[in-house]
Amino acid sequence: MNLPIYLDNNATTPMDPRVLEAMLPYFNAKFGNAASRNHAFGWAAEEGVDYAREQVAKLIGANEKEIIFTSGATESDNLAIKGVFEMYKEKGNHIITCVTEHKAVLDACKHVEKMGGLVTYLPVKSDGLIDLAALEAAMTEKTILVAIMYGNNEIGVIQPVKEIAAIAHKHGALFMTDATQSVGKIQVDVNADGIDLMAFSAHKMYGPKGVGALYVRRKNPRVKVTAQMDGGGHERGMRSGTLNVPGIVGLGKACELCRLEMDEEAKRLSKLRDKLQASLTVLEESYVNGNVEHRLPHVANISFKYVEGEGLMMAMKDLAVSSGSACTSASLEPSYVLKSLGLSDDLAHSSIRFGLGRFTTEEEVDFAIEQTKKAVNHLRDLSPLWEMFKEGIDLDKIEWAEH
Amino acid sequence: MAYSEKVIDHYTHPRNVGTLDKSSTKVGTGLVGAPECGDVMRLQIEVDENHMITDAKFKTFGCGSAIASSSLATEWLKGKSIDDAMKIDNMDIVEELALPPVKIHCSVLAEDAIKAAINDYRVKNGMEALESAKSHH
Repeated sequence: MNLPIYLDNNATTPMDPRVLEAMLPYFNAKFGNAASRNHAFGWAAEEGVDYAREQVAKLIGANEKEIIFTSGATESDNLAIKGVFEMYKEKGNHIITCVTEHKAVLDACKHVEKMGGLVTYLPVKSDGLIDLAALEAAMTEKTILVAIMYGNNEIGVIQPVKEIAAIAHKHGALFMTDATQSVGKIQVDVNADGIDLMAFSAHKMYGPKGVGALYVRRKNPRVKVTAQMDGGGHERGMRSGTLNVPGIVGLGKACELCRLEMDEEAKRLSKLRDKLQASLTVLEESYVNGNVEHRLPHVANISFKYVEGEGLMMAMKDLAVSSGSACTSASLEPSYVLKSLGLSDDLAHSSIRFGLGRFTTEEEVDFAIEQTKKAVNHLRDLSPLWEMFKEGIDLDKIEWAEH
Repeated sequence: MAYSEKVIDHYTHPRNVGTLDKSSTKVGTGLVGAPECGDVMRLQIEVDENHMITDAKFKTFGCGSAIASSSLATEWLKGKSIDDAMKIDNMDIVEELALPPVKIHCSVLAEDAIKAAINDYRVKNGMEALESAKSHH
């Protein structure tokens, strides 16, 4: 077992060696521009891209013509939200999203507001799921888009996308989802789920960084987005720019591997995740954040009360995880996702996200359990709050000097 | 962000962790920060009849830099008079631990904790409290 152990697979994943192998020829031997239609170099590159487009489409139950290659999920989110807003502005200017979305969605929505759009940010319940009745109530005649993520990046909860899509469609709006954390991890099918636009990226599913895709529905209804970058009119005019052929080939291979292996992988990972979670919640005053039933198989977000997340991570020195504590940020604001679940700031500061992945072994999980337990106990020995809690002092009744 | 060696040293081997009897007239206690902000420091000093600090203990809820700042503070406090201890400036801590700008608030909190502990001791022993804490911005 090599240290440190990588348990931050929601941030990014290591590339699968089989993906790297598929990509390599496209850096040199098949270096052509996929848009060069008149010679063998261009054809070879185009063939690689076409094959990748099929591999990607197959994973999500789409037609290959519905796949627009981008630089990643952030670009896909921006293209979907701003592109729909511009394309459908005659129809309406209202977009509905939710407060736990990734910043790429939230900030694209903020941009839309500056352009005269109206955005509703739905709250979430304490388990991280949106309230479908609240969505229904927020729909208006002017609503053109509902943008709700598939699985959350911090707590892993899976939104009821089918039901959300049905509500959006009933009111004549499109449904877009950021499925960056879900595609390749769980079964996502654009037709079964009623998805009109979907953003995802390669590096979250053992592919390379800097490449992703936007699924854009072509039938029932035919969806169009206004390009956000001017240029040669690549990708059916929706995304100009010379195609990142090696990256796209890598995304394709990554999708193929996920399609073939994700069911088995999800079973294995959810077992390991459950073991990790069960072993750590044995610790007093530890809480799992978010719905545990509707959740991605590889994620567990746990708050260890009375210890601060960043301090805790420092003690878990052989583990690469992340925390909802934002002690490093100038604002000192903890995770907005955890806060929107109604978690008090101190619990948000005390959270650790464990993200397992394809290459995580049981031995590593066992090691992580032991080191995390040790770290929590060590920091509780140092914590005045833990001492006060143990003495039966009600911390809420103390007048803290907020700084 | 990488931590300095000194922060890691204090974090891994914190000096003077513990609790003094806060009801004793010889002990001054400073409890500063707030759980919502992710930092709470409790710093305690024991002072002899010549106003010399004979012992210091801390417990801190916070990041590595907050823990290191309070650990360092207890080391510096021991053997100082309460008047000299009052002169410890947060920038001394920043320099000693090589704290980056985003962690300066940890040193401010440590200075506040020192001052709060000394003032607690002063008030307990019939002296007036001195200048108020820095961090209430």
